[in-house]
Amino acid sequence: MDKLLAETLYYEMVRGRAFEYAAKEHYMQGDISGFLHLDIGQEALSVGAMKAFTKGDVFSTYREHIMALARGISPKAVMAELFGKEAGVSEGKGGSMHLFDPSHFFYGGDAIVGGHLPNAVGCAYARKFRGEEHGVMAVFGDGATNGGAFFESLNIAAAQKLPMLFLCENNEYAIGTKITRVAPFEKQAKKAEPYMPTVEVDGMDVLAVYEAVSEAQHYIQKGHGPIFVEAMTCRYEGHSMSDPNSYRSTQEMALCKARDPIERMKKVLLEQYGMDDDTIESLETKAQNEIDEAVRFAAEAAEPAPEALTAHVFTEGGNHALS
Amino acid sequence: MLYREALNKALDETMAADENIVVLGEDVGLYGGSYRVTEGLYAKYGEKRLIDTPIAELSIVGNAVGMAIGGLRPVAEIMTANFALLAFDQIINHMSKYHYMSAGKITLPMVVRFPQGVSKQLAAQHSESYEQMLSAVPGLKVLAASDVNYAYHALKHAVMSDDPFVFIEHELLYNKKGEVDVHTPIDPFKARIVKEGSDVTIVSYLKMVDDVMAALPKIEEALGCSCEVIDLCSLNPVDYDTLKTSIEKTSRLVMVEEDHKTGGYGAQIVSWAAEEMFYTLDAAPLRIAGADVPIPYNRTLELLSIPTPDSIAEQIIEWGRRNDV
Repeated sequence: MDKLLAETLYYEMVRGRAFEYAAKEHYMQGDISGFLHLDIGQEALSVGAMKAFTKGDVFSTYREHIMALARGISPKAVMAELFGKEAGVSEGKGGSMHLFDPSHFFYGGDAIVGGHLPNAVGCAYARKFRGEEHGVMAVFGDGATNGGAFFESLNIAAAQKLPMLFLCENNEYAIGTKITRVAPFEKQAKKAEPYMPTVEVDGMDVLAVYEAVSEAQHYIQKGHGPIFVEAMTCRYEGHSMSDPNSYRSTQEMALCKARDPIERMKKVLLEQYGMDDDTIESLETKAQNEIDEAVRFAAEAAEPAPEALTAHVFTEGGNHALS
Repeated sequence: MLYREALNKALDETMAADENIVVLGEDVGLYGGSYRVTEGLYAKYGEKRLIDTPIAELSIVGNAVGMAIGGLRPVAEIMTANFALLAFDQIINHMSKYHYMSAGKITLPMVVRFPQGVSKQLAAQHSESYEQMLSAVPGLKVLAASDVNYAYHALKHAVMSDDPFVFIEHELLYNKKGEVDVHTPIDPFKARIVKEGSDVTIVSYLKMVDDVMAALPKIEEALGCSCEVIDLCSLNPVDYDTLKTSIEKTSRLVMVEEDHKTGGYGAQIVSWAAEEMFYTLDAAPLRIAGADVPIPYNRTLELLSIPTPDSIAEQIIEWGRRNDV
């Protein structure tokens, strides 16, 4: 991997984490409300996957801030959305869980566990139908692999040989329930094995995630059908800000944090790419500044006008409502 | 032309005009559709555009949502309303909300079609009506076709529109005969005055429109009155203007629906009339609806569970006599 790309991966992870800490702080201060699902600890997965899957559509879940940023959506637009402002990427109507930007081929932002998988499969059908071969990536947690939508999606994607990349972020917990308490195995790729090739990757290693997703994208573009990538990862925070994370022991959290993706990549930059501490520090400062700027922007941005309430129920000209 | 042929013609003509229109559902392709609505289209447009799906309703609608995001115009067929319940997550959480939640960035030009209602002894899991639930979901346009000409024009409109539509048909209407006037476009959101009258406004939709019409001679003779019969056509949005004009003329309202009475769709119309037309009405509105029971298999019980021409006539005549119609 060239140095610039390695540096970008590091920068995106650092910027993503800074974004999440800022979101956490402003949630505590009351500037952000609702459900806030932080991605701290899982940066390698979010950044590695988005930077590898450069072309094609992405359907993700409610834990998607860092993915949206790595996809190219501005931190200002994402933070303003969390603040519920008009300048937000969904104009304050979606919030943290619903970030959509078709100009970046990024479709959320879905808050029904597994509910976006059939949408991703349908989109893959449309892209194939139209001869647009970039393919579609659906990102979901281990918890989603126990639902019916997941199995329906595996079946249809395989039967139709669709260019679908199923990326499972296995952080082992569905809110507070450990996956092995509700599923018969630790690795969920096993569920996909009858339908498609599966790959396992260390989700705490951004380079490994990048390579695995790049290869998987090559695979789906060949027209052989879907592929399943499972990335083992670890979230440092609770499921959302309302989850005190009391179901994981101090030892478990310590083991988890020993695999920290940012520290790990920093070491790679220092040892394998000959980068010095000053350069790394300047990257970190730059990332923090960008997030500080995004927070200032979000805080100062305007509230949506009351008229926004009834806009976008239907398309322009079709906006009927019960009078 | 038959009702199902009118729907077929609407699909055929729109598919010929726009190659991004696809139809998906159980047995819609090779088999020609459970109610023959898609007959002949597979041979004409091929398996890429007439997509036979597994029996997985959540995916039928969920895939249609994704297809619309990916640039197609999907028309999803669900075999019957009860099966649509498996797709309610997709219809309500996804199809109706993406446009709004994305502040208009995502547009879903798509239609979900299904028949509903009591056919003949199909029992409780194949006989229900769900317009009351779906009409209560902001972000969906809900049409109910009782008439052959309306079915043709309204389905064409829904398929060509950029908004998400629920298009409701009735199990017993597929072989109904009628004329289609292809040259005169209609407004699919406008209620249809099936018969003009001056003394009572009877509002209905889907198959109950025919049952009201069948009951009408008896009612008009018994009460010595003239009834205006309105087919709502669009259940959301509602053409309240047409209802208002009619009630201003008749000052009486009867609402007839096949649906269970409690929480049924007609409650919305009567509630509107209570709020907006109270001082125009000369009598309390009458609601005729199905019984609050799962639909039974036995034919006698089945017919007791829904309004029929006889029970409609009986109830309206009794109500009319009490209210000096």
